[in-house]
Amino acid sequence: MDKIKPHFQEGGKLSKLESVYDGMETFLFTPNTTSRSGVHIHDSNDMKRTMITVVVALVPCLLFAMYNIGFQHFKAIGMEATFGQMFLFGLLAMLPVIVVSYVVGLGIEFIGAQIHHKEIQEGFLVTGILIPLIVPINTPLWMTAVATAFAVIFAKEIFGGTGMNIFNVALITRAFLFFAYPSEMSGDSAFVKLDSAFGYGGGNVVDGFSGATPLGEVATNFDHFSTSTLDAFIGLIPGSPGETSMIAILIGAAILLFTGIASWRVMLSVFAGGLAMGAVAHAFATPETLYNAAHLDPLTQVCLGGFAFAAVFMATDPVTGARTKIGQYIYGFLIGVFAILIRVYNGGYPEGAMLAVLLMNAFAPLIDYCVVQVNINRRAKRAKAQ
Amino acid sequence: MLSKRNKEALFNPLSKDNPVLVQILGICSTLAVTAKLEPAIVMGISVIAVLAISNVVISLLRNTIPTSIRIIVQLVVVAALVIVVQQILRAYAYDVSLQLSVFIGLIITNCILMGRLEAFALSNKPWPAFLDGIGNGLGYMIILVIVAFFRELLGSGTLLGFQVIPQWCYDHGYMNNGLMILPPMALITVGCIIWVHRSRNKDLQEK
Repeated sequence: MDKIKPHFQEGGKLSKLESVYDGMETFLFTPNTTSRSGVHIHDSNDMKRTMITVVVALVPCLLFAMYNIGFQHFKAIGMEATFGQMFLFGLLAMLPVIVVSYVVGLGIEFIGAQIHHKEIQEGFLVTGILIPLIVPINTPLWMTAVATAFAVIFAKEIFGGTGMNIFNVALITRAFLFFAYPSEMSGDSAFVKLDSAFGYGGGNVVDGFSGATPLGEVATNFDHFSTSTLDAFIGLIPGSPGETSMIAILIGAAILLFTGIASWRVMLSVFAGGLAMGAVAHAFATPETLYNAAHLDPLTQVCLGGFAFAAVFMATDPVTGARTKIGQYIYGFLIGVFAILIRVYNGGYPEGAMLAVLLMNAFAPLIDYCVVQVNINRRAKRAKAQ
Repeated sequence: MLSKRNKEALFNPLSKDNPVLVQILGICSTLAVTAKLEPAIVMGISVIAVLAISNVVISLLRNTIPTSIRIIVQLVVVAALVIVVQQILRAYAYDVSLQLSVFIGLIITNCILMGRLEAFALSNKPWPAFLDGIGNGLGYMIILVIVAFFRELLGSGTLLGFQVIPQWCYDHGYMNNGLMILPPMALITVGCIIWVHRSRNKDLQEK
């Protein structure tokens, strides 16, 4: 790596690609540059290490997603399959989405960095793995590519790149798909892959098969709803790849909390908000209510759909969330409340976690501002009183 | 007829002093009527007509209007013209007038109109005021047409109601982008046009 360095420095023949070189060098090695002035203490936990930790925390979800895609596929076509076959099918189904997400997202970041002669920022590492996990498996790849490009350019680059974005980039990708191509993003055909992946698997669908997610079923066809809380906890149910398994998400949450990367305040308060709103909705549900989802008990509410995934991996994004400690409680709690509120009382949207997080992203700076102002006023009063 | 000053009044609003891109006026209707190309064009022509004629009328009256009630006089003139335009559209282009619904009526509150009447017509002769009205109306219409072109093409696959994107694209999995029909994408499209415009005119870039 050091041997080819001169080519990329000022005057070298590849000097235009300097930021590519720099990005690769710092990604693969700890650079041996040190601060020149003053006293600095650096630990090796820079942004790249932080991002990698989040990716590691997402691995359980990813592995489970692959297994579950295979499981749902072979269940739908009524074929017996071993664990290995299911996993292989899921791997083949997921791989193109992951590749598209990274190629498009990183491509735009690299081009942007070259144009502005800036360092390549590594924010897309996490976004690139989040996108395949929250986009339904049957979404055509070109749609994923368009949505990723839209999100990276309009949700991130125009705000100034990594660390400056107001909205969570992965969720903007999903929101774009959700509003632009609603027929591909919801209903019965979006969440279970029925055709073969690279010629592997595939077959005729058995009678009585429905690919609807449990929440979709609750919204449209409540009488057939049969998913138990335990099913939702383990996660062998149709849904967006990463969101189904509570177990995998909790392992990821443990990694994030143990390494201190995600805020436990946000995580805890999202679940508190969800449980509280779930309980309220449940308490007001009469037998003849039009809002089917209100019949679910709060615990099932939290286990179903993308709620837990959003709580652990989306709400805790330090860039788009609230930063003050009290602000984080308010921010998280309102995400939980809104997610269940949208899910229960808006018939058009069987799942509200995505919209809730995006809504609160917009309010996070306001929450922080209010918390800081209250603190300033309180201290000013105390100073006067003395 | 077309002195340098008059030329500026006519042509500056097309790009360098565009009411939508540079003065950021009339955004409301730009977002509302640009889902399809046809209503956007009709809206543009209506605004040109109302703006040019009201500019001339106010310019003719400019020495007789008492300053304290000038806004009311301007509103009366604009409102009368808007009603005329509305009736003409109802008579000769009924379908489009249904699509435009309240937005023809809302030309009266379009900031571009009040802006030009206040800033230009009240202090200039009728002929320059007429050119200024045509210029600003055209500047507004150009942006409307560009935005509506992209929104209709990507959102519905049509232009002026004719199918443009061929059927085999749909057969191979292409789908219209539903988000383009919704107002948020109009705002983003306008943003993109401003982005391109500013990057071509460096002197307009704000620090």
